[in-house]
Amino acid sequence: MSEGKEITKGRYRALAFVKGESLAKEKDREVSKDEVHTWPYLVRVEFLAAIIMTIILMVWAVALDAPLEDPSDPTLTPNPAKAPWYFLGLQEMLVYFDPWIAGVVFPSFIVIGLMAIPYVDMNPKGNGYYTLKERKFAIFTFCFGFHVLWVLLIIVGVFMRGPGWLWFWPWETWDAHRVVAETNYDLTQFVGIDSKSFLGSVIGGGVVAIYYFVTMTLPYLFLKLIGSETLQKLGIIRYSIVAFLFWTMMTLPIKMFLKLVFHMKYIWVTPWFNI
Amino acid sequence: MGNKSNKGSVSRILDLIKEKGVTGSIKDMILNSQIWRSFFRHGLEDTPKTRMETIIGNSFLHLHPAKVKRHAPLFRFTWCMGGITFFLFLILTITGVFLMFYYHPNVRDAYWDMKGLEHHVPFGMLLRNLHRWGAHLMVIAVWFHMFRVFMTGSYKPPREFNWVIGVVLLVMTLLLSFTGYLLPWDQLGFWAVTVGTNMARATPLLGHEGPFGSLMGMTAYNDIRFALLGGSLVGGNALLRAYIWHCIGLPMIVSTFLIVHFWRIRKDGGISGKL
Repeated sequence: MSEGKEITKGRYRALAFVKGESLAKEKDREVSKDEVHTWPYLVRVEFLAAIIMTIILMVWAVALDAPLEDPSDPTLTPNPAKAPWYFLGLQEMLVYFDPWIAGVVFPSFIVIGLMAIPYVDMNPKGNGYYTLKERKFAIFTFCFGFHVLWVLLIIVGVFMRGPGWLWFWPWETWDAHRVVAETNYDLTQFVGIDSKSFLGSVIGGGVVAIYYFVTMTLPYLFLKLIGSETLQKLGIIRYSIVAFLFWTMMTLPIKMFLKLVFHMKYIWVTPWFNI
Repeated sequence: MGNKSNKGSVSRILDLIKEKGVTGSIKDMILNSQIWRSFFRHGLEDTPKTRMETIIGNSFLHLHPAKVKRHAPLFRFTWCMGGITFFLFLILTITGVFLMFYYHPNVRDAYWDMKGLEHHVPFGMLLRNLHRWGAHLMVIAVWFHMFRVFMTGSYKPPREFNWVIGVVLLVMTLLLSFTGYLLPWDQLGFWAVTVGTNMARATPLLGHEGPFGSLMGMTAYNDIRFALLGGSLVGGNALLRAYIWHCIGLPMIVSTFLIVHFWRIRKDGGISGKL
């Protein structure tokens, strides 16, 4: 009785075969209830997947030739000059942020943030199976970042951007001479303060500081107030990392909104960098 | 004495033919020959023992455990994306080696080698198409793999570190694709890489146009972009660097991390599932 229980509970691995008497019943096809033999059950699926992939790739490669444009010419800049498609989300961010943010800081945060996921997700549920309701926040955050901010921006970059990185629908012809008269304003210019002045710079920096302070502190206090178990498990350091990365990610849709609706250029202008 | 034993073996063969027929006895003799048995350590009869020996007695298949969880071969659980990514990596390695036979990584020849592949090399265009489209497929497969692993919560303990390695492999895949983009030396690749590496100019502290870059003494001739390109412009040095990273440096890094990635799957309890 207790022996049978142990067998169903624990997993065991076959490492080698040794000649001799065996306790295992070789006649049993079912090795154990929740395991199957890798050969043939897994290997045949892998083999099938490899064959199907080969067919797809072959058909694609026969039907469509890889692009080859004119020989490279450093004096002839194409308009627009687009990065490879998988980086177009980053290039699209250049509309809203300076290169040091869109091209360096945000990509670094994406990589660091992805790596941090297992160390800040303290939810023990949803380990090894599909579930939405047991980990709503994690799935919402990941899907928003991946599908909306990464994949959707790539689609915009590939299909909607023409000369001058202006918006062209796929059915529109690219007009290289289209000019969009657009004046952009820095945040403090809305209240009549020169954004390059010392005061403007201090206000801009203050707004950024207040943004992070408020977005990171208020949810903390709220979770503390309702006695959130999640917060207790997270602890202050993990909470701060999650909150900082989450609200940094959210600056992209916020900046998009401000730029598209209010023609806002910079929130914070300094002699060294602009945000 | 020797004569007698000779007669014995002939009669043994005749007995075998009588018992199993001609084809049956040929098969029997091959399977029992020293050569065959030095190749394959196990029999062919379908028993649990053979099934397990097939996996653990084979260099390539023993990447797998002999038995897997019942849901592991299910397409609806794994989407097969990790395996497909690895399969595409192998295809890209093989087609890549063939392409190297026909390619000179210098400004004078690179573009015309592409034309040569198209017009002079038998199946050259197919080879290049397989490599190009296979690379696109691999980027997509890696993303789907990451998405699946996230959705099943498979990064949770004890698999945290393998997720981190996965993120490294994701970045390496993008870099492999990016360095390969330049090699045809056409307008498409040249300007995509120019746009991409221009971002490095804006790196905080390390780029000459980045925040505090000039304070750190960065110029166009000593900053991080210069290190990437081997010059201040995308030129012959950049082409050679891209080639070496693409064909030697990155594949070696990827292979190393792949070994750890696969090994850790086994050591962290096999494919994830409901605990």
